[in-house]
Amino acid sequence: MTPTTRPLGSTTGVEITFILVGLLTFAAAVLTVTVRNLVHAALWLVVALGGLAGCYLLLAAEFVAWVQVLIYVGAVAVLLLFGLMLTRAPIGRTTELDSENRWAALVVGLATAGVLVTVVADAVRTTWFDPRAAVVNGTAKAVGSSLFRYWVLPFEVLSVFLLAALVGAIVLSRRDVSDQEAEA
Amino acid sequence: MHAIYPLTLAALLFAVGVYGVLARRNAVAVLMAIELLLNAVNLNLVAFSALLRDQFGMGQVFTIFLITVAAAETGLGLAIVLLLYRNRGTAAIDDARELGEDGALGLKRLPAQTVTENDKAVAK
Repeated sequence: MTPTTRPLGSTTGVEITFILVGLLTFAAAVLTVTVRNLVHAALWLVVALGGLAGCYLLLAAEFVAWVQVLIYVGAVAVLLLFGLMLTRAPIGRTTELDSENRWAALVVGLATAGVLVTVVADAVRTTWFDPRAAVVNGTAKAVGSSLFRYWVLPFEVLSVFLLAALVGAIVLSRRDVSDQEAEA
Repeated sequence: MHAIYPLTLAALLFAVGVYGVLARRNAVAVLMAIELLLNAVNLNLVAFSALLRDQFGMGQVFTIFLITVAAAETGLGLAIVLLLYRNRGTAAIDDARELGEDGALGLKRLPAQTVTENDKAVAK
């Protein structure tokens, strides 16, 4: 199967919306890793993940978009905020959030961006696709039927994995385990 | 939809995540940057699922799997960070250098850690 191509100039309304949402997402991501206030960084991360949910919607992946909102914006962000509070992270503006090798990190980040964007842009160039013409469209019905028709084993393995992670997290963060060991 | 828009956005988000992982000092902030890395891959999966017209729905199903794995990873990561904080009194990963050799890679041994409550409890 060869994807169709279209010249880059022919921008549709969906693409303009995607570019705007993508710019918002990118700006929020940059703020997440640069802002000096740790709580603000967590809240910008929420904006970035919500923007990505919008991108999924524009790519006609509805079910994934709502899973993203439920799990990331709902659960993971709250988990991160709890982590900040439990480790008594500095709440206000602080200068010690960035490590001293941030300039090397900036060089590595820019190099990664340069390589990836150059390669990707050269590879797909004018490739065009219609997200709504996908064989498995993004509705809950289609994704669910493909999940339980073709991907049952990974699904079950993943449930065991989640259980193991849950037990591991509880064992790691229980306080009395180490106390008992110290007394023994 | 031109394929270049979602793929470029994913590449840029990945680069931002790489910068965040390397530049941040607080372990929770590093976890946030790891979330960005995983989400960049998710966007790639969704875009390629539509682009390649996969009949098994692999891209979107794997995105859901990856979101689940990322949630488990965040939970475990925060538990480990909490343990680090409880034993050291700090969540700064630059201070965790016990496995580093003196003088290797220009690292220098940090002054002795302050004694935390947990150390006292263990000493008893």
